[in-house]
Amino acid sequence: MSTRRLWQIFILVLVLTLAAQPFVDWHPHFAVEKLFGFNALYGFLACAALILVSKVIGFVVKREEGHYGEREPAEGRHDG
Amino acid sequence: MGSLLMHPSAALFAGAVLVALLRGAPRSAFAVLAPAVALYLAFQLESGAHWQGEFLGMSIAPFAVDALSRLFAIIFSLMAFAGALFGLNQERRLELPAAFVYAGSAIGVTLAGDLVTVFVFWEAMAIGSTLVLWSAGSELAYRASLRYLMVHLFGGMLLFAGVTGHVLDSGTTTFAAMELGTVWQGLILAAFLVNAAAWPLSAWLPDAYPEASWSGMVFLSAFTTKTAVYVLLRGFPGTELLVYVGLVMVFYGILYALLENDMRRILAYSIVNQVGFMITGIGIGTEIALNGAAAHAFTHILYKALLLMSAGSVLFVTGRRKCTDLGGLYRSMPLTAACGIIGALAISAFPLTSGFVSKSMIGQAAADGHLFIVWMLLAAASAGVFLHAGIKFPWFVFFQKDSGLRPPEPPWNMRAAMVLVSALCIGLGIFYEPLYGLLPYRVNYEPYTGFHVVSQLQLLLFSGLAFFVMLGWLRRTLTISLDVDWTYRVLFPAILRRIGAVLERGLRAGSALSIAAARGLERWARYLHGPQGPLGRTWASGAMGLGVMLMLLGFLLSYYLV
Repeated sequence: MSTRRLWQIFILVLVLTLAAQPFVDWHPHFAVEKLFGFNALYGFLACAALILVSKVIGFVVKREEGHYGEREPAEGRHDG
Repeated sequence: MGSLLMHPSAALFAGAVLVALLRGAPRSAFAVLAPAVALYLAFQLESGAHWQGEFLGMSIAPFAVDALSRLFAIIFSLMAFAGALFGLNQERRLELPAAFVYAGSAIGVTLAGDLVTVFVFWEAMAIGSTLVLWSAGSELAYRASLRYLMVHLFGGMLLFAGVTGHVLDSGTTTFAAMELGTVWQGLILAAFLVNAAAWPLSAWLPDAYPEASWSGMVFLSAFTTKTAVYVLLRGFPGTELLVYVGLVMVFYGILYALLENDMRRILAYSIVNQVGFMITGIGIGTEIALNGAAAHAFTHILYKALLLMSAGSVLFVTGRRKCTDLGGLYRSMPLTAACGIIGALAISAFPLTSGFVSKSMIGQAAADGHLFIVWMLLAAASAGVFLHAGIKFPWFVFFQKDSGLRPPEPPWNMRAAMVLVSALCIGLGIFYEPLYGLLPYRVNYEPYTGFHVVSQLQLLLFSGLAFFVMLGWLRRTLTISLDVDWTYRVLFPAILRRIGAVLERGLRAGSALSIAAARGLERWARYLHGPQGPLGRTWASGAMGLGVMLMLLGFLLSYYLV
């Protein structure tokens, strides 16, 4: 299966989860959930924000491997 | 006394001895039999205090059962069984007995009716888990195990001080819900939070666990943090502070997991994230929140073990642990990949998996309590779980690029353990009533409403969209990320070295000065009293006569003048 076809299926599934919303008994906990597709938008934005924040933190905390002066872990505990 | 034989830990401790002594098939037989017996005993547990005694003048109840302790005894025994099956072919012979001592001690904590017994098993857990780490046998694992042990002995010290003060203050050793009234309860809470890997005392977990053997981390992931969840559920339900502690853990886990390249360190950060959900639930403290936290601990142990079994299988057959070295393994390891994906879906709380029926209760509790911000943050974190564990782990290990590796599936026992736990992760997601029946409070919650399912699918699948849209930003690099452990691995030693250097310089200057002073004194004494010194040399008797005459003259003059 090509990557293109996988994307088409994925987008179809995304559309279906949105399309299902009017057909289920919607009983939101908070007012924001009354908006159509709130969870979809919120999930997307939350993840985008998390990725961005982790990038920023990465600039501060990322170091080369072996930063603590320890040698590489022994490779190949088992030869399979 | 006879009833102590009904204690599930007894089966595990006996198993530890047998597994340590035996070889070959009998060893394997007892390795699965001991936790199976423990599991049977855990299901047979009846509520009440079964054994009470005296210890150093304090009343203790080492074998007390209620719904909450039974729930944790069952899942710990089940986990010991699945882990032992998975690790049957582990060549390091110390690991399994150590893991049984570790699991047995964890059950000992959950069945402890008093704080003294909690403390004893708490320390035994620290030793058992350190031995599990140690048995990996590498230099890295050894050093990590020492850092791990230091942190846990520190936690044990806090617990000892807290329990001592609490028992003296309140006059009772009973382990029941406490108020955060005095410093003693604060110390007990701090000790519990060390083991829960609450930030900032969280770095020991991602530091140490990924250095364990391919089977060792499966055990380590299950007991220490979840025992901490148990004692927090019993000791500090509804403590508001825990809501904030939990929320910090949830996001800290996600953000660090996103930066990580080591596949098992991703999963280690994800443990902190998941325990954060439970601790938030404990902090909310309503019946549904506590049920949710307890249920989530139960399901989490299983799907986290499944994820680590999948990662452990990859490590076992390839010897590689970094995302940058892996990829495309689904071709030759379809079963391991499928089990990893089931674990990933369960941790993400997809409908029809165990995570969905447990985590949604915590979100519901926040909504019921009208905690809007907490609810929003938990929802964002749920999306983030799918991002860092649900997609990232399987994607980089089993798909991504073709690394060229074509490793075989792991041996039968490892496959059997993964299939067993996969079946439980899906089974509990569909037939959740037995789990709900074990929870401490009566459950009045229906997970499978159209609203719950559709809103959860929207949240998760659009998180998946964000992952693939921003994939370029998530490319793995050959880096590590500094965490709080940097303070005690680099900063504190550097400060101590600096203080030492200053002290040494001062000491050296001081000793140089005193040596110079001593030399001067010696020179002066030699000058005065030496063979040719003014006081030491031989004087002519005429010179002495002159001296005496001068003295007498001086006396005479002073007599006349005065």
